[in-house]
Amino acid sequence: MPEKHLSSQFDSDLNNISSHVMALGGLVESQIKQAILALSQFSPEAADDVLVIENKVNSLEVEIDREIASVIGRRQPTARDLRLLMAMSKTTANLERVGDEAAKIARMVKSIIQGSAPRSLPSSDLRVSADLAAGLLRKALDAFARLDVSMAVSIMREDNEIDKEFDGFVRKLITYMMEDPRTISASLDLLFIAKAIERIGDHSKNIAEFIIYIVKGEDVRHTPLADVESSMSN
Amino acid sequence: MSEIKPAPKNAIEVRDLNFFYGKFQGLRNVTMDIAERKVTAFIGPSGCGKSTLLRTLNRMYSLYPGQRAEGEINFYGQNILDPKQDLNLLRARIGMVFQKPTPFPMTIYDNIAFGVRLYENLSRTEMDERVEWALTKAALWTEVKDKLGQNGLSLSGGQQQRLCIARSVAVKPSVLLLDEPTSALDPISTGKVEELVHELKADYTIAIVTHNMQQAARCSDYTAYMYLGELVEFGETEQIFFKPNKTATEDYITGRFG
Repeated sequence: MPEKHLSSQFDSDLNNISSHVMALGGLVESQIKQAILALSQFSPEAADDVLVIENKVNSLEVEIDREIASVIGRRQPTARDLRLLMAMSKTTANLERVGDEAAKIARMVKSIIQGSAPRSLPSSDLRVSADLAAGLLRKALDAFARLDVSMAVSIMREDNEIDKEFDGFVRKLITYMMEDPRTISASLDLLFIAKAIERIGDHSKNIAEFIIYIVKGEDVRHTPLADVESSMSN
Repeated sequence: MSEIKPAPKNAIEVRDLNFFYGKFQGLRNVTMDIAERKVTAFIGPSGCGKSTLLRTLNRMYSLYPGQRAEGEINFYGQNILDPKQDLNLLRARIGMVFQKPTPFPMTIYDNIAFGVRLYENLSRTEMDERVEWALTKAALWTEVKDKLGQNGLSLSGGQQQRLCIARSVAVKPSVLLLDEPTSALDPISTGKVEELVHELKADYTIAIVTHNMQQAARCSDYTAYMYLGELVEFGETEQIFFKPNKTATEDYITGRFG
């Protein structure tokens, strides 16, 4: 299929929005990186960095949506252009939510630091699942840039792993809390962090679903993974 | 999107249609159905055969020597390509409106009444009623009811086009063929004609050729994409504009054609 439109301005508008979405992805990734650093080293500086980046994320989100509305209004896009624009708008919203989750982690870390709670809790487990979630988001952004459907399907599969990690972590926290009620307060903070990490995985999965929407024109948001896998292999 | 639609009844069934302008083949093996009381749009680049196809549907081409069609066009089961087909009767049942408004150089009233007189013998009152009915159907009545005696050519372009639609409707056809009916009109007149198309499909089967893809997207139920005399893709408009099956269709509707 010829990649270019008759109107080169239309191409450059779409490319411009794509690169802004990727830039937003980059900002959000750096937020997660700082949040993980804050979590593993109990660093208040790293936690503050996350919150600073959040402002940039918010204004870029607004800018991207304005650009998308402008292209829709002026070009009346159809078919895959229309799907691309819809998906970029939703991906932007998901990325911004990932940023919110990172900010949530940063705030929790600060609250743990201030509370001087016992640090015997299994926070290193969180590090593992946070790395998993960050890796999944990176993969989702790569797949989005290349419109790679098979990678999108594997992201959907991997998100299930993160969900399982989360369930396991919750059980572990419950054990700690039952053994020593003094850990309850800190455990709850960790639980919120774990939940935020799990949500990052979910947003990455959503982005993967939008990739399938762009390429195949199928909305697989509420389709069981097994069905998606079999329909994509056809 | 997954709205379940009852299988429509076909007004016209085109089967293996080939069309020749002398030695040049304008249509190649076109097979498609035109659903009753639906709007079917034909899109495609210039010279793709969409107007040619529309013109075969009421045998407008028979006016020109050297043009011939092969295959079948079944209009409610009757093959209109049959040489014995009465063309005047056919064109009363399958009316046509052209790109440029073509009112007759006579009064607004007579523009409507002229065609009706060919087929029916109405009293003065009945004819008055028919003229009002046709002009109302074409959403023109309120604008012209006080000047029915004026020349049709004195109207604006958009009004002239609606007058032509009223003229076609007046003989109570079952199919209306619209060949780029709004390409010479401003956006407001275009909007009125599109609104009219939407209202007319309650009673008529409509086939529309348009260069304006957004117009096809806005007002049709089915869309046919043609290229080089072939029907490339034909399907529900929503599907064609959201997820066409063929990349050639997608390239054209997204403006990647070149």
